[in-house]
Amino acid sequence: MARTLMSGNEAVARGAWEAGVRIGVGYPGTPSTEVLENLVRYEDVHCEWAPNEKVAAEVAGGVSLGGARALVTMKHVGLNVAADALYTQAYTGVTGGLVYLVADDPGMHSSQNEQDTRNHAAAAHVPLLEPSDSTEAREFVKRAFEISETYDIPVIVRMTTRVSHGKSLVEAGERVTSPVTPYASQPPKYVMMPGNARVRRIDLESRLMSLVALAESAPENRMEMRDTTLGIVTSGIAYQYVREALPDASVLKLGIINPLPESLVLEFSSRVDRIAVVEELDPYLTVRLRALGIELVETGLPPMGELSPVTISGAFGGAAPAVRERIPDLPPRPPLLCPGCPHRGVFHGLAKMRAIVTGDIGCYTLAALPPLKAMDSCVCMGASIGMAHGLELAGSAERPVVAVIGDSTFAHSGLTGLLHMAYAGGAGTVVVLDNRTTAMTGHQGNPVSGIACDGSPTPAVDLEALCTALGAASVRTVDPHDLAGTLAVLKEETAAGHLSVIIAKAPCALIVKEQKDPFAVDEELCTKCGACIRLGCPAISADADGRAVIDTAICVGCGQCVQVCRFDAIVQVGPSCDIGGV
Amino acid sequence: MGVTTVVLAGVGGQGTILAGDVLAKVAVAEGHDVKLSEVHGMAQRGGSVDTVVRFGDEVHSPVVDPGMADHLIAFEIIEGARALAYLRPDGRLVVNRRMVAPLPVLIGDAPAPGGLEDALYAEGAIFLDAEALACQAGSPRSANVVLLGAASYGLPFAAETWTRVIEGRVPPATVEANLRAFALGRDACAEGVCAL
Repeated sequence: MARTLMSGNEAVARGAWEAGVRIGVGYPGTPSTEVLENLVRYEDVHCEWAPNEKVAAEVAGGVSLGGARALVTMKHVGLNVAADALYTQAYTGVTGGLVYLVADDPGMHSSQNEQDTRNHAAAAHVPLLEPSDSTEAREFVKRAFEISETYDIPVIVRMTTRVSHGKSLVEAGERVTSPVTPYASQPPKYVMMPGNARVRRIDLESRLMSLVALAESAPENRMEMRDTTLGIVTSGIAYQYVREALPDASVLKLGIINPLPESLVLEFSSRVDRIAVVEELDPYLTVRLRALGIELVETGLPPMGELSPVTISGAFGGAAPAVRERIPDLPPRPPLLCPGCPHRGVFHGLAKMRAIVTGDIGCYTLAALPPLKAMDSCVCMGASIGMAHGLELAGSAERPVVAVIGDSTFAHSGLTGLLHMAYAGGAGTVVVLDNRTTAMTGHQGNPVSGIACDGSPTPAVDLEALCTALGAASVRTVDPHDLAGTLAVLKEETAAGHLSVIIAKAPCALIVKEQKDPFAVDEELCTKCGACIRLGCPAISADADGRAVIDTAICVGCGQCVQVCRFDAIVQVGPSCDIGGV
Repeated sequence: MGVTTVVLAGVGGQGTILAGDVLAKVAVAEGHDVKLSEVHGMAQRGGSVDTVVRFGDEVHSPVVDPGMADHLIAFEIIEGARALAYLRPDGRLVVNRRMVAPLPVLIGDAPAPGGLEDALYAEGAIFLDAEALACQAGSPRSANVVLLGAASYGLPFAAETWTRVIEGRVPPATVEANLRAFALGRDACAEGVCAL
């Protein structure tokens, strides 16, 4: 079959399909999202977006219990949420193959922290495979299903941003049939009460011993002997960088990271004069090789961020390439809320009333940036609500405190926070930004939007009834594009002495189908007051005289700016061919 | 043959990802090993976006270090200036004249940069107005393909391969406009009219 260009995530989906996977389930998170988006396009596979990674891992665990192969996908921080399931699934083991696809984000291109999933694998006592390109991504996922079933254990396949979103050539294969094992009740294996768990703990240890034997001889762990004056132990994307930076060096390329093939590592060490580890993020292999008594070359490579070929060659004495002089004083270009984004209406109100805003994970985190500057915290999925409650408990806040959370994030981890706030007698204010989609990761469906993973309609939760049931005394829905109306409700509810939820409901500007005419500024009426500029809409700028200008090519006609202009200088105009820009 | 590296620098939403995909597929069609790297997620919300395409006999790294790119295609002039560090001293530089002001400039927190055309011209840039040529081709959204056409003049691929890949990659209704856009970009550079 011809080789085709695939991203690592496409290749994972292909590999899972070829391995006969029946069910894919996950929660969207960059850089893992496209795995499920691709897998759902294959025949004979059913895929679901779960409200969070823990539910996804439990669904996948149930599929495995039912004897079919399951793939569960998430980003690195998602594994923290799913870890509760994983750590005990290591004890129960599997019936159908169970593979966790976890994508780390070194350098935090689109994440709130850097985590190294290899640590989770070691702590959970499960095998971890790490591909270095799309070809290996496809192969390793297939291999992971085999290992899972042969060794009765869930297996992690760890990706990183460059492997997930890098594209390279893949030779695809055909799907194998993986028959569903008929269900047989096995309480000692699956009911993890202490008496059973103690037995399975011992069994896990013996399974791990067998896995060590596998890792020692597996083709995924290979010595590439070249010049033996320097040997590099590496894995994943770092392997590709090493091959480019140090083409003559001998390499021990590890594909199975946990358990570590200690004999193979010692043999490699004995065959080279000097040995070094090159790895991204935590010194995971470094500490383990040192524990084996191996004396490693000090590379000075950083234990954070991304590596690159030049960083690596520099660590081994390579000359830095000639670089052009930088052009000075370039303005930064941070990401921003889109033209017509409904979130802007809410944050405009929150900024105006000088609220203390505990934020959450999503596009709306961008409201922390100028000019809105309307967010005080963003930590993890769902944190906004618990933190708002805690902030009130601290007693130091002299301005209104408002928790702001997106619809998908609310379904992920906000429900329990709100339940707690009600249970604890809190009188806080929670704004759910219901833009009818999971926008940041590329518009996936969720339980609030009522759109399934394959795009078909599915039951949507009644958000108002849900918030009432959780204990909110007041639940009100507002149109965030109505600035005055939104601000009025925000003021009323923060002043009220009860727990309130405000649902700001309007679809993400990127999923709105109907086209509205753009707006333009009447030059004669504009007084250069800057009120519209302070909305932070990328369609609005000031000309050399300070007069507002609207880029009609990107204005989507949401009308928020019209409402902040006290001089009626902003008027709707017909569609334009003007290219815009300054 | 060694590895050739092309960086496509622009602003989220400008079509750098599709352009990178077309370039990578052209290189595959001509028998090269190819790797491509792009970043999704938050950066795509109007932030700086770089796509890297590398091709040759055997490509290892999908990313590029400063000073190592052979070609830089700048979809926007500030991003061209920012990504210039990637381009090796004798690399080839194609720049779209368009400036998309970043938010700090729009809201008056940072001054609009001046003199970028002169600075990039001094670095050997050839310029074109991709949006104007795209409009001429019949689709304002084909500016990314205009830029590929301009850059194609310095890349070792046959015009027929570009045509075949573009035909298969863009929405069917826009094939004609995109092929015209590609030809206009290519001709602009061939005739040298994109020089300052």
